[in-house]
Amino acid sequence: MRAEKNDLHLNRRSFLCASTAAAGGLLVSLYLDFPAFAQEGRPSPPPKVYPPDAFVRIEPSGKIFITVNRLEFGQGVQTSLPMVLADELDADWSQVVAELAPAAEVYKDPLFGIQMVGGSGSISHSFQQYRELGAKTRAMLIAAAADRWKVSPNDCRAENSVVYGPAGKSARYAELAERAARKPVPNTVRLKNPSEFRLIGKKVPRLDSRAKCDGSQKFGLDLDLPGMKIAVVAHPPVFGGRVKNVDDQEARRLSGVKDIFEIPLAKGTGVAVVADRFWTAKQARDRLQIEWDLSGIELADSSQLRAKFKEMARRPGNVAVARGDDKAMSRTPAARRIVAEYEFPYLAHTPMEPLNATVSFKGDKAEAWVPSQFQTLDQMAVAQALGLKPEQVTFHTEYAGGGFGRRAVIDSHVPLEAALIAKRFRDTPIKLVWPREDDVRGGYYRPMHAHRVEIGIGADGMPAAWRHVVVGQSLVAGTPFAAMMIKDGVDKTTVEGVEDTHYNVPNFHVSAHHPVVNVPVLWWRSVGHTHTAFVMETLIDELATRAKMDPIAYRRKLLKPDAKKLRTVLDLLDQKSAAWRKNLPKGHAAGISCHECFNTAVACAVEVSIENKRPKIHRATLAVHCGLAVNPLSIESQFQGGIGFGLNQLMAQGAITLKDGRVEQSNFDGFTPPYIGDAPVAVDVHIVPSTEQPTGCGEPPVPVISPAVVNALTRLTGKRYRNLPLAAV
Amino acid sequence: MATYQLNVNGQSKKVDVDPGTPLLWVLREDLKMTGTKYGCGISACGACTVHVDGIATRSCVVPVSLIGNRKITTIEAIAQDPVGRKVQDAWVEKDVVQCGYCQSGQIMSAVALLKATPKPTEQNIEESMGGNLCRCATYVRIREAIKSASEQLT
Repeated sequence: MRAEKNDLHLNRRSFLCASTAAAGGLLVSLYLDFPAFAQEGRPSPPPKVYPPDAFVRIEPSGKIFITVNRLEFGQGVQTSLPMVLADELDADWSQVVAELAPAAEVYKDPLFGIQMVGGSGSISHSFQQYRELGAKTRAMLIAAAADRWKVSPNDCRAENSVVYGPAGKSARYAELAERAARKPVPNTVRLKNPSEFRLIGKKVPRLDSRAKCDGSQKFGLDLDLPGMKIAVVAHPPVFGGRVKNVDDQEARRLSGVKDIFEIPLAKGTGVAVVADRFWTAKQARDRLQIEWDLSGIELADSSQLRAKFKEMARRPGNVAVARGDDKAMSRTPAARRIVAEYEFPYLAHTPMEPLNATVSFKGDKAEAWVPSQFQTLDQMAVAQALGLKPEQVTFHTEYAGGGFGRRAVIDSHVPLEAALIAKRFRDTPIKLVWPREDDVRGGYYRPMHAHRVEIGIGADGMPAAWRHVVVGQSLVAGTPFAAMMIKDGVDKTTVEGVEDTHYNVPNFHVSAHHPVVNVPVLWWRSVGHTHTAFVMETLIDELATRAKMDPIAYRRKLLKPDAKKLRTVLDLLDQKSAAWRKNLPKGHAAGISCHECFNTAVACAVEVSIENKRPKIHRATLAVHCGLAVNPLSIESQFQGGIGFGLNQLMAQGAITLKDGRVEQSNFDGFTPPYIGDAPVAVDVHIVPSTEQPTGCGEPPVPVISPAVVNALTRLTGKRYRNLPLAAV
Repeated sequence: MATYQLNVNGQSKKVDVDPGTPLLWVLREDLKMTGTKYGCGISACGACTVHVDGIATRSCVVPVSLIGNRKITTIEAIAQDPVGRKVQDAWVEKDVVQCGYCQSGQIMSAVALLKATPKPTEQNIEESMGGNLCRCATYVRIREAIKSASEQLT
């Protein structure tokens, strides 16, 4: 390591300040204005007015560029939001080109108040916004045409990028665009009736399909800028570890190595290696001899944590729900009580495109290129690290190869590392790459959990009393999100799916413990529902079996009267899967589950057999109620894929474990998500017809699959499966 | 550093790199062909799949020094192959992609499968595609696209 004291670029003290700030203080000043969660007594801000010119650009060629205020990372929003706008605009769809928005005020989520993708909100939060933008733009084009022809706008109509007027007059949008841009933006516009939709509700193929099949689609990792250098960082072997001493002599011998230096991390410190090429940087990193200071750091051990969590679950925690009579359990005879204990491991997101961020620092400004789910926060973090204001950082949203929550990190640690390295290389774009090993070992996992549930069953076979304890790290404690998401000491994301269950249990008690563990944790596609739906749906199935009732009929009976969406999907599932469920081959069983999250209800039936002591999933039938289905084709894809993602929980090697503070897996050979043979052979998706407000489709597929599979396994073996990942069946 | 003359997509390309550099990084960083993806670096995910003399190969673990004069085909040129074109078209027709990051590798594996076995069974598909990870789990549509392409190959 070169002497840092003499290094003009690296002022260690200021770096450490930046580090401290990044670890917690950076966001304190951030005013998280979540209009959807406006506090009582605080007036809601007036509805935002969105200028159409920030979202639509009509070029003389006739091409219509529509800006998408979201990251595209597989969910198909790059097609669906332009569909919504183009429909109200009466645009020629074949001329529509979608562009991802840079970070800017106008592109913030209308409900969340920051620019982000999460909570399955891309369509549901921006549906109205994009409709109005399309309708306003259309009104401005019609006004321009009416001006030109000196007629009333009421005598004009639009269709397929053309305005038609009286006496056979017509003008293309492209001819009218310039004049239309000077017309005032109307305050109110009439939106179409659903019967008038031409794109919304139709199966529209993705706009990015061809580019993603011929290799031309560029992702963040594919970025290539003039003079760009590649950086990798040697991260501590234990979260929060600090560099004590570095011998970089061997590493510096490699031709193409530009520099090696220590940087602060969101937790602890690391050593950055910058080189001409990725391969050189990685080889150089492998040659570093680093002595780490791990003093005073908790060495997390997952088997110890498992025992500790299990013990904690035996006592009630902070109360999330206490409904009905607390003594109801004690009045239930022992023969009618169930006690069930569950264990869930840490899970990694491992999106296919390894984590990356590119930053170029130019003194009084900077540019960043990040496949980001949290543009607002990532832009702030880059600015803070470089001593700039957020608006001095031009922040480009790059296409992402998956994310599942991993690119929505409150401490922005990946772009932050890139910025700290770029600070030392003025006017040189630095592409920071997290090799797969860094990603698997790097934390920010779906937390470990223990659940303990005690159920008192009524004489009618229905649950009369339910006491539920959940143990798991909070996702947001100590962050600006805590004020909104932690209530009475309970992180909503830990108990969601239990505390708000749609099952009707008269005496219901849910509480939570949030142990503090030295392992960074994060939302993983469908967040708390990953484990809560598993517990609820396996227990409900167990109750149905004890009551000798059909699992669908039992669920229907137990649902609250107002659980309309779940009832509808159970009915549809019954209808669509009855034929195959009644004709199962020998050795096959059907498993059922249903769950509602992000305002979308899903019911699932799977056909399972056992091959080589593992579940083989022959088919899945899904029924979905997501309000108005904006693009049924992409919804079908989300559900087919989402259940494949959910199967991660059941994979034999689908868990992250720690020993002595070190993560035991490092790549897909140790942490093994589902491959083609592990996923269902066929998945049919049935969408309930609806004109209600569209609801989320990215996350709701995930929770239903693992309980459905396990419920089928139980029917084959008679065993209960309460510890994940699923060991040999 | 050493100089290599590579045959990539029918063109001769000269590169000056460390002999141990995996073919993947030569394609991506020296030849600026980024259609071939980095996913794991240990041949466990298939995102980097290319054809070397027609054989589906994980380019992330093959040092450039071992390539010699073998013919390399990447996703950028697979449409020039009649089977490749049909597979790509089937992928678009079935709306397979989601994030799309693994799909170059999926398509390269599928083309190799259909060249060897134009009428694959489900088991052939699971075996040949079994090393290509898709975190979006587009597997159902991958199966459909392979079958659709297969039907058009007759």
